[in-house]
Amino acid sequence: MDLSTTYLGLKLPHPLMVGASPLVDDLDMVKRLEDAGAAAIVMHSLFEEQITREALGTIMDMELHAGSNAEALSYFPNPDEFRLGPEKYLEQLWRIKKAVSVPVIASLNGITPAGWLHHGKLMEEAGADALELNVYYLATDPAESAAAVEKRTLDIVRAVKSEVNIPVAVKLSPFFSSLAHFAVELEAAGADGLVLFNRFYQPDIDVEALEAVPSLQLSGSSDLLLRLRWLAVLHGHVKGSLAVTGGVHTGLDALKGVMAGASAVQMVSALLLHGPERLSQVRAELAEWLEEHEYESLQQSLGSMSLNKCPNSQAFTRANYMRILNGWKP
Amino acid sequence: MSPATSNRRMRTLDGNEATASVAHRVSEVIAIYPITPSSNMGEWADEWSSQGKVNIWKTIPSVIEMQSEGGAAGAVHGSLQAGSLTTTFTASQGLLLMIPNMYKIAGELTPFCMHVTARTLATHALSIFGDHSDVMSCRPTGFSMLSSVSVQQAHDFAAIAHAATLRGRVPILHFFDGFRTSHEIAKIEELTDEDLKVMVPDELVASFRKMALTPDHPVLRGTAQNPDTFFQAREACTPYYEAFPAIVQQEMDRFAQLTGRQYRLYDYFGHPEAERVLVIMGSGCDTTHEYVEWAQKQNEKVGVLKVHLYRPLAIAEFVRALPASVKKLAVLDRCKEPGAPADPLHLDVIAALRQGREEGHTTLDPVVVGGRYGLSSKEFTPAMVKAVFDNLAQAHPKNHFTVGIVDDISHSSLTYDPTFDVEPADVTRALFYGLGADGTVGANKNSIKIIAEETSNYGQGYFVYDSKKSGAITISHLRFGPRPIRSAYLVTKANFVACHQTSFLDKYDMLEAAGPGATFLLNTPHGADQVWDSLPREVQQSIVDKKLKFFVIDAYDVAKATGMGVRINTIMQTCFFAISGVLPREEAIEQIKKAIKKTYGKKGDAVVKQNFAAVDHTLAHLYEVKVPGTVSALRVMPPTVSAEAPDFVQRVTAVMMEGKGDLLPVSAFPVDGTWPLGTTKWEKRNIALEIPEWDLGICIQCNKCVMACPHAAIRAKVYDPSKLADAPATFKSVDYKGAEYKGQKYTLQVAPEDCTGCMLCVAVCPVKDKSNPKHKAIDMVDQAPLREPEAANYSFFLDLPEMDRTTVKLDVKGSQFLEPLFEYSGACSGCGETPYLKLLTQLFGDRTLIANATGCSSIYGGNLPTTPYTVNKDGRGPAWANSLFEDNAEFGLGMRLSVDKHQEFALELLHRLAPSLGDELVAGLATANQATEAGIKAQRERVLALRQKLVALADPEARILNDLADYLVDKSIWIVGGDGWAYDIGYGGLDHVLASGRNVNVLVLDTEVYSNTGGQASKSTPMGASAKFAIAGKSLPKKDLSMIAMTYGGIYVAKVAFGARDAQTVKAFQEAESYPGPSLILAYSHCIAHGYDLSLGAEQQKLAVDSGHWPLFRFDPRRLDQGEVPLQMDSPAPKIPLGQYVRNETRYRMVEQQNPEHFKQLLEAAQRETTNRYSVYEQLAKLSVAAKGQEAKGE
Repeated sequence: MDLSTTYLGLKLPHPLMVGASPLVDDLDMVKRLEDAGAAAIVMHSLFEEQITREALGTIMDMELHAGSNAEALSYFPNPDEFRLGPEKYLEQLWRIKKAVSVPVIASLNGITPAGWLHHGKLMEEAGADALELNVYYLATDPAESAAAVEKRTLDIVRAVKSEVNIPVAVKLSPFFSSLAHFAVELEAAGADGLVLFNRFYQPDIDVEALEAVPSLQLSGSSDLLLRLRWLAVLHGHVKGSLAVTGGVHTGLDALKGVMAGASAVQMVSALLLHGPERLSQVRAELAEWLEEHEYESLQQSLGSMSLNKCPNSQAFTRANYMRILNGWKP
Repeated sequence: MSPATSNRRMRTLDGNEATASVAHRVSEVIAIYPITPSSNMGEWADEWSSQGKVNIWKTIPSVIEMQSEGGAAGAVHGSLQAGSLTTTFTASQGLLLMIPNMYKIAGELTPFCMHVTARTLATHALSIFGDHSDVMSCRPTGFSMLSSVSVQQAHDFAAIAHAATLRGRVPILHFFDGFRTSHEIAKIEELTDEDLKVMVPDELVASFRKMALTPDHPVLRGTAQNPDTFFQAREACTPYYEAFPAIVQQEMDRFAQLTGRQYRLYDYFGHPEAERVLVIMGSGCDTTHEYVEWAQKQNEKVGVLKVHLYRPLAIAEFVRALPASVKKLAVLDRCKEPGAPADPLHLDVIAALRQGREEGHTTLDPVVVGGRYGLSSKEFTPAMVKAVFDNLAQAHPKNHFTVGIVDDISHSSLTYDPTFDVEPADVTRALFYGLGADGTVGANKNSIKIIAEETSNYGQGYFVYDSKKSGAITISHLRFGPRPIRSAYLVTKANFVACHQTSFLDKYDMLEAAGPGATFLLNTPHGADQVWDSLPREVQQSIVDKKLKFFVIDAYDVAKATGMGVRINTIMQTCFFAISGVLPREEAIEQIKKAIKKTYGKKGDAVVKQNFAAVDHTLAHLYEVKVPGTVSALRVMPPTVSAEAPDFVQRVTAVMMEGKGDLLPVSAFPVDGTWPLGTTKWEKRNIALEIPEWDLGICIQCNKCVMACPHAAIRAKVYDPSKLADAPATFKSVDYKGAEYKGQKYTLQVAPEDCTGCMLCVAVCPVKDKSNPKHKAIDMVDQAPLREPEAANYSFFLDLPEMDRTTVKLDVKGSQFLEPLFEYSGACSGCGETPYLKLLTQLFGDRTLIANATGCSSIYGGNLPTTPYTVNKDGRGPAWANSLFEDNAEFGLGMRLSVDKHQEFALELLHRLAPSLGDELVAGLATANQATEAGIKAQRERVLALRQKLVALADPEARILNDLADYLVDKSIWIVGGDGWAYDIGYGGLDHVLASGRNVNVLVLDTEVYSNTGGQASKSTPMGASAKFAIAGKSLPKKDLSMIAMTYGGIYVAKVAFGARDAQTVKAFQEAESYPGPSLILAYSHCIAHGYDLSLGAEQQKLAVDSGHWPLFRFDPRRLDQGEVPLQMDSPAPKIPLGQYVRNETRYRMVEQQNPEHFKQLLEAAQRETTNRYSVYEQLAKLSVAAKGQEAKGE
């Protein structure tokens, strides 16, 4: 079965790839992922705050007490090679590129269009085949309007695009009020593709300690539904690539993503749960289903269930909600 | 001149770096031990080697940190014997520890050069500062002694010395003044590798290597010789010493050919027909030179003879260096040799003149007087030089004088005019008053580099620090001028004075040192329109009288806006350049940015950008103030100490606190270094911007905050409600919650002016408001509005009666009701050591003697002006002493022996006098159970009764018993020090003391690094952590001192971490104290050298325990008697990965940032080690032991 697809201009043998995750921290794991057949590897994000805070924090911790006491002009050695910038990330990117032959997509997470965006350029230089721009931002400030949030994101996309020659995808959260419109604007700003959706880590509450505690819930197939809807909505409206991330655990999940319009399918939770080999199983399930159902190729199914083509497209819109409510009997 | 000249760079660096730069390049092996002020030389060498910097033979010198200077000297000796070019750096007591090996090295005529930052030896007190008492102690070792006077000379003489020793085989001690030269930043011409190759040619090295011990052509050294031969053999080296001065001069001449800088063994400068000449060594030479230059212009026939080669003293060269016209000589010594006919240089000059005449080198027979100056870096100024010359001009000059102090006891001092000044007008002088944490010193070092390296100007920087580790003031003294700067003394008539902290206006007379028409820059929250009214009258007066130009900036506002936090360094530096006119403004800004890029460029863009933003924001917020013509303020600077302070504090301590200790006369001081306790209470430092505020409504009265406070600045008491009658209006009080003091009141009180704002108390507070968990039972709030009311409340609180010690349950809560007898120390804000010391004094302070090893705890424990150990209302408190670094365990054991002897003798006398005293009293005293507070109290009452009876007895032995009676009350001996002492330099002694079986308690405040000297690795440093001398991360595990101690079987051992389990800490202290043999407590102490926000110190201690890095346990040999295993684990098996603990700390993270792969390996190895260590402990805790009486019979 021909599962080939094109994502961000990259010709891939199939749409299944590793999504941004800590999996790529370990080079052995990266090789196992390639062996399991990953069509591409998306690195975890390089966080703007991580770089800035680490650099400023480390310098502050080292310098705060320096030059205060006659006996100790400083409290730390001053090594020549001491990297508080993106070097560690770039080095890992470079190593991964050397270790595998599949495309490697670097991921950049930032919320201000400040000068740090040139890190995109550095990633390109380190060998990234494409960039995933992760707009991971919680709009908690009541003084900040939705328009301002969107504008800043667009500015970031333009800034990054002006610096790099490789394709740039934007990974979005589902919390934009007018996603279809915004998606078109992103494309106009230069985005070569969209990745749906970011999964925010949602803190839990420890009622004994009266503390918010970070929690990491792996996705399940039910998380896929939100993605399917928006893939279906956007497919056809945007010319660039769409990718699905969050909730793909089976061959059928992947197929649904493609049918809704995704030309790339990113997996993380399933691989964390079952190991990299899960990717090859999903690929086999996908191929098997397509063969059983006598499809010519995966491409034949791409976008087949998008809003424009779906026989009951109202299912993706408000009517879906109404129907479920009406059909629900206690 | 060699072609190399053109390659030489002008560099701006301090004396230590200048010296180490040469030493590193001409050495193969460097063995050191850190000691102030020489530490930086070793650190530079280590840093360069770790960066792969090679010596002139293109190989990287091996650098090793030893366990003591004694160890370093031994390693040096061995390395030299085995034929490697070897060096070391040291000072003071460290140099003394090297003396035995120095005799060996010299006796074996071994080419070797060591570099010494001359520092005061500890006598009546320790001093880290500079004088010649240490190097003078090395006179008889057989080492040549070469003195350099400035940063350039220290650099140059290092090269000359390394060459001369290879050529002449006499080892050289090259020295320069600690701090004044070692820490002065100056612009110098740097020697190139080519220069050094010329100075240290390969053939000299080859002949040195031929002396190496090697089995390929073996020889024997270190024989034992007998009366028949030793003497003659000792004399065999004499020709080498006779030849050596000429060799040194020859090397100086070669050096002159190379560089154009001609030195002489004895450099004369001055009038060719001088009649009065001053003979001096060290940095004072330059100050004297400066004066002589000025005096010659006034047609005075004066001169200075600068002694460079002090040993061997070349008599002919020395006397010939004096002008034939000289009639009177003054010899200045920077040390004191009590009881000697004269101080050493003085004596040598007398001998040289006499011998010179006898040998026909001279006919001069001038009057020779000698004097002392500059002990412990005491200022030595042209005014003092003038006083010395003026003394010489007298018909009968004073001999054995002192200069620079007022000696109103022995009347040795010369008077001088402190306003006298010879500094050229074209030298810009600037003074900066900053706070340690605001980065002032770093910025000023940068400024000097900018000016000296980017312009033709010469620059000089010298930095004065106070002794406090929190809220410490720094004073930067900067000079810039068209010629090399010889002024080796502080700036007094500044053209520019900057005050980086508004609060200093009320504490220090900063403008005293401002010259007329100078510029004054103030960091203040007040704008240019309002600032005048905010100034105290004295400051306004100076501004008006001296016609100062006055500028203001709100640097903290700019820092906040640009994310710089408390670091206002870049902002104030920008202001300096903008208004001082030292450089054109635009060029200055560009240079500042260039310097920022250079400093932080390799460490990340974010820091560079942030600093750039600070520079850009600054200029828009800098304003000139229109100075009114008259003084208008009614407010004057507040008194330094309260009027209630004791007379000594008023007369002596307060003067030191004002920074005017130089003015105190000899009569102000005790003759033997004995000092009163409890003086920190008079120094209200007000350094916290925020202090904790108590919410009595939700507080559960657990006292955990009191336990965690490093400064005893939050306290709790329970008292009778009737005591509240005169309470201030805002004094807070609430019903005590427990049953034990039912009906009583409870108060948690903050000392607002003593709190340092570290937030440890808030971090450990377990209570959260149920409807607003962000709010705890104590929250940090602005200090300023609370300062006055809370100070009154605190004063009232202190007057509330202390709790009856016999009723207090000694758990965490109860122990914190006891009065701390260690308070308001100068330790770092958030210090992890001091809570343990405070606890010690709460539990046993009224009956404790403390032997304190040199280190952080001796500095915050005993550095003047004010000290934290104090007394209770009965006048009892910890008796504290610091002997040395290396001998502390033995020092404490000696106290034990002495106290035990006193008690033993008192008991003997008691029994001898029993017929007169009554059997009941005697039996009561002799058999008292003193294990509890009640037992101690009862025994003290018995002693009181005893004294009443003794007074009535005529027996002379009754007098003796009266003197010793207090020793019938048990005394607790505590031996306190850091890991550098316990694991390294003092380990041999500690081992012996622990093995002695005597009842001593050892408290190791383990920060896992040499904190006091700036973060050098100790054997306690954990695997994977970076420290100086372990830059790439320590590759071996931390020494397991507790395990070693447990193997003796009879030692109580505990490992504690108050932030993880305070109850276990309190228990361990009591068990250790009650154990009748030696006890060892290893106390986890978070530290600024770990690199994180110390308000999280307790949290990090928990992680240290949870990860298994710091397992908690108690090993009590007494348990064996009950058939129980002595070891009890007090923390469970590791439950979090080690990485979760270590990654919170910069000391580990920086290893990862240097080399992630290497760090990964280290972390994995450390994880294995941690798991295994815990497992071993766990198994030991589960061993089965035989109950007493059940053991196999020994025969």
